[in-house]
Amino acid sequence: MATLIRRGKIASPSQPEAGAVLRLEPQDDPAGIAARLEGAARVEVNFPNFTDGRGFSNARLLRERYGYRGELRAVGDVQRDQILFLQRCGFDAFVLRDDQDAGESLAALADFSEAYQASVERPQPLFRRR
Amino acid sequence: MYLYDPIDQRIVDERVAQFRDQTRRYLAGKLPEADFLPLRLQNGLYLQRHAPMLRVAIPYGVLSAQQLRMLAHIARRYDRGYGHFSTRQNMQFNWPKLEEVPDILADLASVQMHAIQTSGNCIRNITSDHFGGVARDEIVDSFTWCEILRQWSTFHPEFAYLPRKFKIAVNGAQADRAATFLHDIGLHARCDAAGQVGFRVIVGGGMGRTPIIGHVIREFLPWPHLLTYVEAILRVYNRFGRRDNKYKARIKILVKARGPELFRDEVEAEWAQIRDGASTLTDAEVRRVAGRFTRPEYQPLEDLRLPQDGPFGAWQKRNVFAHRQPGYAAVTLSLKKTGVPPGDVTEAQMDAIAALAERYNFGELRVTHEQNLVFADVRQDRLEALWQQLRQLGLATPNIGLLTNIIACPGGDFCSLANAKSIPVAEAIQRLFDDLDYLHDIGELDLNISGCINSCGHHHVGHIGVLGVDKQGEEWYQITIGGNQGMSPLGTPAAVGRVIGPSFAQHEVPWVVERLIEVYLRHRESDAERFVDCAHRLGIEPFKQNVYGHPDSPRKDRESVAA
Repeated sequence: MATLIRRGKIASPSQPEAGAVLRLEPQDDPAGIAARLEGAARVEVNFPNFTDGRGFSNARLLRERYGYRGELRAVGDVQRDQILFLQRCGFDAFVLRDDQDAGESLAALADFSEAYQASVERPQPLFRRR
Repeated sequence: MYLYDPIDQRIVDERVAQFRDQTRRYLAGKLPEADFLPLRLQNGLYLQRHAPMLRVAIPYGVLSAQQLRMLAHIARRYDRGYGHFSTRQNMQFNWPKLEEVPDILADLASVQMHAIQTSGNCIRNITSDHFGGVARDEIVDSFTWCEILRQWSTFHPEFAYLPRKFKIAVNGAQADRAATFLHDIGLHARCDAAGQVGFRVIVGGGMGRTPIIGHVIREFLPWPHLLTYVEAILRVYNRFGRRDNKYKARIKILVKARGPELFRDEVEAEWAQIRDGASTLTDAEVRRVAGRFTRPEYQPLEDLRLPQDGPFGAWQKRNVFAHRQPGYAAVTLSLKKTGVPPGDVTEAQMDAIAALAERYNFGELRVTHEQNLVFADVRQDRLEALWQQLRQLGLATPNIGLLTNIIACPGGDFCSLANAKSIPVAEAIQRLFDDLDYLHDIGELDLNISGCINSCGHHHVGHIGVLGVDKQGEEWYQITIGGNQGMSPLGTPAAVGRVIGPSFAQHEVPWVVERLIEVYLRHRESDAERFVDCAHRLGIEPFKQNVYGHPDSPRKDRESVAA
C-alpha cells in the first residue's frame, strides 16, 4: 500500500470526500481547471516519470496564479528525493511510489533548512529575509 | 571572489549530507540506478568509460588560491594527481571512486566549493567573461550578476527537472567574451540613455547537434527585473520544451519551432504576470552581493612601457591583457603547452600556481572558457618576475589567441560519449605549428576540437573547427571554417562554422589545417584581417579547393567514403 504524506505527516488513506477530485497530467494547462478549483476536494498532479518536471510549474501556477488553497497532491512516480522541491512548489500531499520508505521520505522534507528563491512555501526570496 | 555567509555555507553543507545519504542508499541497493542517475548528475557525477568522472563547479570561473590548493589535494588524494579545466570554467576529475565522492564534496564544502548542478537537466554553472572587474571596456562587473544568478538557480525547486540542460552566460563588457549568442540564455550588460544598467537578453543559442546563433528577445531589461524575466523564460521552457526526444529538448529547438517572435511574446506574457513580484531585485541586495566580494587593494602606480622584443616581449604581447587600473595587467597562464592535453594541470602545478597567485595576484585566479587561467591583477613591474616563474612551470607558452591555443574536450581517451579522440589531434596540430614566428604571423585564430557532436570542445565556433565522427566504427574528422564565438564591436559576428567537405583520418588533420592557413595567408588583405574575417569575406570555396583539389590531397583516392 502506497504511503500518503499530508502536511508533513504520514496520513491514513482518504475517506470519501465532498467535492470533485481534479487531475492534471504533465501536458495539461492548469488554466483548463481554474474555473473548477473552488469546491474541489483536491487536485492531483500526476508524475508519470519523476524526471518530467512540468508538474512543478503547474503546481506553482495553481497556487500562485489561480489562487488554489485546497489539497494539492503529487501522484505517480513520487519519490523521497523529489518531495522537498515539490513541497516548495506548492504540494502539500504526496502519494509515494510503492517501494519508498515512509520514514526516510518524511526526513527528506528537512534535507535543506533554507532556500534562496521565492516559492509557494516561502513567498519572499532569501534576499528579502537576509 | 564572493565569500559565503553562514546561510550559503549551510546550504552547501546540507547538500553534502543529502548526497552522502543518496550514495549510501544506492550502494545498499535501496536506490535504483535509474532513480540515482539524475541525482548524481546534479552533483556532477558521471559513470564513465574507465571510472566515474566528477565535475566540480567553479562559479563563473573564479577561484581563490586556497580553493586551488584544495583541488590539488583532491587530485592527490582521490585521483591520479591531475585535473582537467573544462570549457565551462569547471574542473573535472577523471578517476574518483563513487564511494569516496561524498568525502570529496565535504572537502570542497570546507573551502566554499561544491559540484551542485554541474550536470543534469537543470540550470548549470553560470559562465562569464574572464576579465570581469578589470577590462577597460567594462560596463558592469559581471561577477556580481553571476553570483546573484548562481544563488537564484541553486536548488531552484521549479527547474530541477527541465527537458534538458540549461546554460546561462553573463557578459559585462562591450566586447562579448562570454559567447552570449551560444547559450540557452545570454545576458549582455548595457546602459540605456539615462545611464541605467540593464541586459540585452539573448535566447536559444547553442552548439551540439543543432548549432544555432541565439535570438535577441529583449534589447534592454532593466536590472531589477533580471530574476523575474529569466524565471519567465525558464517557466515557458519547462512547460513547453520537448521531452519526447533528448536531441530536440534544448530551448533552442522550442525557440526555433515557435519562431523567436512568438516565443518572445509567450515569455513577455508570462513575465507580465510575475514582474514586480517578490523576486524583483533590490539595490540593497545588489550592494550586499557586490560587498561580499573580496577586492584587490591597488597601489597608486603608473603604466609602464613593456618590452616588445625577445621571449618576454613575445609573451607580453600575447598573454598580457590591458587593465583599467594604471600600473596593473591581466595575465593569461597558458594550459596549452604542446604535448599536454588542453586544460590539464597536475597537483604540483596547482600548488605552485596557488603560491604564485598569492605572491602576484592577491590570492585569486580565474578559469577561462578557453581552458586557460588568468591572474587578473598583476603589477606591471612584476610581470617579468612572474613570467620567469611561469616558464619554469610550463605555463608561459605565448600562444593566447593563436592557433595552438586549442580548445579540446577530453575526447575518446576519457569520455564514453566521444566518437573520436581529440587530445592527440590537438597535439599533432601543435607540433606542426611549433614555429612561434610563423604562429604569430598567422595571428588570431581559434582552433577548436570536439570528439563528438555534443560539442564540448566548441568546434562549431572555432575559426577552424574539428569534429570527431564515427564511420563504420572508424574515427574520422570533419572540418569546419568560419565559426566565431563572440561578437566584438568590430569584425565578424558570432557564427557557426561551415563544413568544408568529406572527413579526414586523424593523421591527415594537421595537413588540412596547413592548407587552410595557406589560403588565408595568400588572400588576407592585411595583418589586421584575421583568418575568420577572411573566411567570411571569401566564402568556403577557395579553402575547399586548396584542400580537396590539392595535388597531395589524401581525399582523392577515398571518394567512396560518405561525407
